[in-house]
Amino acid sequence: MTFKPKIIVFCCNWCAYAGGDLAGISRYQIKPYFRVIRTMCSARVDPAWIMEAFRLGADGVMVAGCHPGDCHYIGGNYRTRRRMAMLRSLLKQFGLNEQRLELAWISAGEAEKFATTMNSFIERITEIGPSPYRTSATDSRAAGVAKEAADV
Amino acid sequence: MSEKIKIAIGQGATCSGCDIAVLDLDVELLKLFEVADLTFAPLATDIKYKDVEAMEDGEITICLYHGAVRNSENEHIAKLLRKKSKIMVAYGACAAFGGIPGLANVTTRNKILDTVYEQTATTVNPDHTRPQTHYLSPEGHELELPELFESVKALDDIVDVDYIIGACPPTREMNVKLLGVVLDFVQGKAGLPPKGIILASERTLCDECPRQKPDKVFIDEIKSVDYTDLDPEKCFLEQGIMCFGPATRAGCDSKCINVNMPCRGCMGPTAAVLDHGASCLSAFTSILKLSGSESELPEEEIEKLMSKMRDPLGTFYRFTLPKSLLQRVVKET
Repeated sequence: MTFKPKIIVFCCNWCAYAGGDLAGISRYQIKPYFRVIRTMCSARVDPAWIMEAFRLGADGVMVAGCHPGDCHYIGGNYRTRRRMAMLRSLLKQFGLNEQRLELAWISAGEAEKFATTMNSFIERITEIGPSPYRTSATDSRAAGVAKEAADV
Repeated sequence: MSEKIKIAIGQGATCSGCDIAVLDLDVELLKLFEVADLTFAPLATDIKYKDVEAMEDGEITICLYHGAVRNSENEHIAKLLRKKSKIMVAYGACAAFGGIPGLANVTTRNKILDTVYEQTATTVNPDHTRPQTHYLSPEGHELELPELFESVKALDDIVDVDYIIGACPPTREMNVKLLGVVLDFVQGKAGLPPKGIILASERTLCDECPRQKPDKVFIDEIKSVDYTDLDPEKCFLEQGIMCFGPATRAGCDSKCINVNMPCRGCMGPTAAVLDHGASCLSAFTSILKLSGSESELPEEEIEKLMSKMRDPLGTFYRFTLPKSLLQRVVKET
C-alpha cells in the first residue's frame, strides 16, 4: 500500500485561506492529503497546536499566512516566522525531520502558488514517510488516531 | 480528639529534596504530629513494602508521593500506595510533571545503559555486563532488581492522583498551607478542595513578580546567570537572562526571584496552557531583539537570531518533558 500522508495546514483568514479558496475555484489539482484549519492570523497558531497535530499523528504541518509586510494585523506574520524558526529547531531536538514543518507566504490572489506549494509539500512528506510519533509506543492515543488516518 | 490519621511519604525517582521540604516545616511538624502518625516514609521510618502491603485499603489518609516514575519499583510502590491511601498527592515537580528525571526522555533506555555500563572513561566492563532484573546466585538465592522503563512518567500517568503540587521542592509556605488544609479536614472544619492542582495561583509568575517591569522587554543577547552581575530590582529578561516567569504558574512566592535567581519553571504551566515548552517558546521568540527593522530581514537571518537560543528542549521543558504534548524524543526511520 502506498503511503498517504496526513497533513495539517493552518491558513490565515485573509491571505492563504483565500488563496486556497481561489485555487479550488480555479480548479487547480491538489493531492487530497491535507486538511485546512482556518485561523484569523498565522500568528494565532500556537506552537502547542503544531505539537498537538504531531502528537495526534500528523506527518507534516504547514503554516500559511500573508507575505511579510502584508499582514492584515500589521505584524502578525513577523511573530509567526520567529516562532516557526525556533519551533523547527525544537522539533529537530524532539527527533522529527525539520522538513515536516513548513512556513509559506501565500496571498489571496496566488491560487497557483497555493497549489504548487501544497503539492510539493505533500510530495516531500510522502518521501520522508510516516511520522515517528504515529507509531510512538509512549502514547497509545496517537497510535489509535494514526490507524484511523489510513483511510484518507 | 479522635484517632490520629496516617500519613505516608512515597518515593519515586527523586533526589529526596521533597523529604527535606517536609522536614522544613520545623516547629509546624509538632502540629502535624498532634493529628497524624507517620507510617510509610523510607527516609524517616523503618518500614518495609510488605508492611504497607499488609495494611488495609484506604488505611493511609494522605500519601505524599514525590519523584517521577522511572522503573518498575517506582510503579509498584505508586500503585500500592494509591490502593492504601484515601488521598494521593503528586508532591513536587517530579511527581507532578516528570521533573528533572523526566529529561531522560531525550534519550532511550539502551543509550543510558550504554553510557553507564560501557562508555564512561572510568568504566571497565569487558564482559559487557548489564543489570538483570532476575538473578539466581550460585548459593541458590533469587535476587530481583527493578526494570528501568524506556520513558519517564509523571505520577498521574500511572495512578489516579487527587492533588498535584508543583515546585522543586514545594516551599515551606506551600507546606504550611497544605498542613492547614489537612488540619481543617481532620478537625472537620472544612471539606477537601476540588481535585487537581492546589496551592498554586491561576496566574503567571510575571504577574506576581516584585521587580520593575518595563512596558516592552527586549533581550539583546542571552546571558548566563553565572557570569553576569544582576541588578536585583530590574526584570531578568531586560538583563538578558532567561527567566520563565512569563510562562510559569505562580504560587511559589517568587522564592528564586527574591534571591536574585531567574525562574526555571518548576511550577509548571498555567491551567490555560497545553504545553509548557510551547508557551515558553512563544514568550521568548517575541522578545529577542533585532539590530535592524524586522520587515527588511530575510528568513535566514531570523533563523540565525533564533539559534542564539541553544538547547530549546532542555531549557523550555526543564521540568515538564514527560507532561508535554510530545512527551519524549523519537527517531526518524
